[in-house]
Amino acid sequence: MKFNANTNLLVGSLLCGTILVAALLGAFWTPFDPMTPDFAHRLHAPDTTYWLGTDEFGRDTFSRILYGATTSVGISFMTVLIAMVAGTMLGLIAGYMRGWVDRLMMCFTDALLAFPGMLLALGLLAVVGANKYGIVVALGIAYLPSVLRLVRGTVLPLREREFVHASRIMGNSEMFILFRHILPNCFGPMMVLATSMFGWVLLAESSLSFLGLGVPPPAPTWGNMLAGSRPFMMQAGWLGIFPGLCISMTLLGINLLGDALQDKLDPYSKGK
Amino acid sequence: MNAAPLLEVNHLQLETRQSAKRVVDDIGFAVMRGEIVGIVGESGSGKSMTARAVMRLEPPAIQRTAGRILFDGQDVIEMPPKKLRQMRGAKVGMVFQEPMTSLNPSMTIGRQLDEGLALHSDYTAARRRELTLQMLTRIGIQDPEKSLTAYPHHFSGGMRQRIMLAAVMLVRPALLIADEPTTALDAIVQRDVLELMVELTREQQTAVLLISHDLPMVARYTDKIIVMERGRIVEQGPTADIIATPKHPYTRKLLSSLPSRGPARNIDRGVTPVVQAKDIVVDYPGRGGLFRKNQDVRALHGIDLEIHPREVLALVGGSGSGKTTLGWTIAGLLRKTSGQLAFDGEPIDRANSAWQRYRHDCQMVFQDPYSSLDPRMTVRKLLQESLRTVPNMNDRARNQRIDQVLEEVGLPAQEYADRYPNALSGGQRQRIAIARAVSRRPKFVIADEPVSALDVTVRAQILSLFSELQKHYGFSCLFISHDLAVVEQVADRVAVMQRGRIVEQGSRDAIFDAPKHAYTRELLSAIPLLEITPTGGVKTRWRFQADHLRHEDGIMSDEPDCQNVAY
Repeated sequence: MKFNANTNLLVGSLLCGTILVAALLGAFWTPFDPMTPDFAHRLHAPDTTYWLGTDEFGRDTFSRILYGATTSVGISFMTVLIAMVAGTMLGLIAGYMRGWVDRLMMCFTDALLAFPGMLLALGLLAVVGANKYGIVVALGIAYLPSVLRLVRGTVLPLREREFVHASRIMGNSEMFILFRHILPNCFGPMMVLATSMFGWVLLAESSLSFLGLGVPPPAPTWGNMLAGSRPFMMQAGWLGIFPGLCISMTLLGINLLGDALQDKLDPYSKGK
Repeated sequence: MNAAPLLEVNHLQLETRQSAKRVVDDIGFAVMRGEIVGIVGESGSGKSMTARAVMRLEPPAIQRTAGRILFDGQDVIEMPPKKLRQMRGAKVGMVFQEPMTSLNPSMTIGRQLDEGLALHSDYTAARRRELTLQMLTRIGIQDPEKSLTAYPHHFSGGMRQRIMLAAVMLVRPALLIADEPTTALDAIVQRDVLELMVELTREQQTAVLLISHDLPMVARYTDKIIVMERGRIVEQGPTADIIATPKHPYTRKLLSSLPSRGPARNIDRGVTPVVQAKDIVVDYPGRGGLFRKNQDVRALHGIDLEIHPREVLALVGGSGSGKTTLGWTIAGLLRKTSGQLAFDGEPIDRANSAWQRYRHDCQMVFQDPYSSLDPRMTVRKLLQESLRTVPNMNDRARNQRIDQVLEEVGLPAQEYADRYPNALSGGQRQRIAIARAVSRRPKFVIADEPVSALDVTVRAQILSLFSELQKHYGFSCLFISHDLAVVEQVADRVAVMQRGRIVEQGSRDAIFDAPKHAYTRELLSAIPLLEITPTGGVKTRWRFQADHLRHEDGIMSDEPDCQNVAY
């Protein structure tokens, strides 16, 4: 099979679709309660009742993965949304207005980018508190500079394009030009960044949870499930394998989808 | 002299690797020693591919599927790599279009010139240096000694192209391939570089394969012309015959597409001008250091201009003359440093109400149709945007107007309204840009090099469409162009700009027939004319004999940095 944009799109959307369905399902229904311990069935190997086995408290892994998907995907989605919206707004302003506004924002993003993203998130988490919302805020701020930079970089050449001048000649306001011409032409790179960022955030959230700084137990996320599986790696491998598989498959799906989107969203291939 | 041709191309056929699309289809021609042969064609005709194939430099996506290329009796295609390398450079030289990128910016001129000579000759370093200096003197570089250690960015575009030419000719090749060598240059510089090329190649008995879209220019310098269309040679023969008695319809179309002067129109210049510019000054902010004051660069030095109702005023001049700056300033896209603009007799300023009216009544057509249309909007959306700010117009009236104006530019709405710009050709895009400009029935249109990016035949169509619409709507027009032939066709009046000043202004006929300012004469003398002789044939001639003029007035080229500048 040849790997082209269409294969990427198909496999990518299939994987992402599965995760989304899992996340939605997990919000309303799971085969067992993901939080309640059931000591009679501790470290149960996968069988027809417990599809993916149980953990050291006898909680069903499959249920926890479904429920964890809701948490993980929800957090990632919110984070990406915050970073994208705020970053795009600031990036548009910086790139379109230039001058001291631009310089100030660039100083700010340079300062943020000087910290490794993970370290920054850890520091911010210490300030805002280690819970669901804390993670969203911390990761949102940590990933905002890359959005801002990307949008600004896309806007810079766009504002010199002749269609922008043409629109100005027609008597359209700068606001109109910004939202009608500049913003839509940023969508392509923005979508690509958003998809890959979704992957990074998912991974970052898992890492934070793994480090014990994420969502506090007993609520499951893929990251803290992975962390919790460590002591039982030899006796109950499924505890680590399945959440790990979920993380890597989601990342693969998102990356494939991102690549495919990049090809599809290029305006220069439209209409042909 | 040898009777066998230097270069012989037989039944050459080039195809794209992926889709087997014919790029060059069964072409054959020969170049004799010392002969200058021109290949003329529009974009996509395969002329550049043919030239590259001779050097075996076709891009990897293109493959030769049939035919032979014989250079000096040897098949270029069969040549082993080592022999091929010897042929390239030593026997066949090439000059490319873009002088800004064809010289290595990190190597001194001396080393770049020496490179070819060291590789393809047995001369000692001292002898090579001597030859290089001779050549630099020959191409008119002041202070050759010093320029050996200078870098390409010290030189202007025209000078770089001369240096490129020198680098190639130093090795004394038997064939020079020049692919649009002067297209990126101003008319005057173009003439100088071409004259130099012809002189040098004549001296060394070098044959030239000159590739260009510019028929009068090719006709002026070549012995033989090959006309290509869509990968095929439609006609070839001695230049005089091709020009005087073209046989193929495409050649005739090319010739008839050349701009020509129509009868002068009667413009009433007694009424209030539509647009009046008084003493316009524009400074660009210069770069200052931490402890140095900013030195502003003055782009326009007090421009006075009047454009009357229904009049087309052409603004001509070389690059850097300030014509685009002036156009953009009048359009309100650039802020003027001082001076007044008046529209319909009312002074306009960004703040006042006359400005709003002016915004509505002044439209613009840009040079590059690939950049002036938003790639994410359909044709209908693009036009809707233009009509958006028209007061008292509902959606229905707007769409009606769009259909009407699309019809007027020859692109029926049913077929074209829902297309995206990239599904349109360059000419069609420019039609949309024109439709967008006229859709609001403006009183005044600024056209900034509207046909410069287009092919010869498309250019003729767009020009006549533009003139037609101008007559139909009766708008006044500021037509900015570097191409005097185009200006001669469309303009009622002409203003010549040089270094931020208008040096001469007058009616078209006065400017073209009896130019007063030395720079105008210099500009006019740089473009060859194809004109019909009394016997019915066509010949090329210069409008003015430039050489004696130049000595009289001591004019140099328009480019301020034409000579070597700061080291």
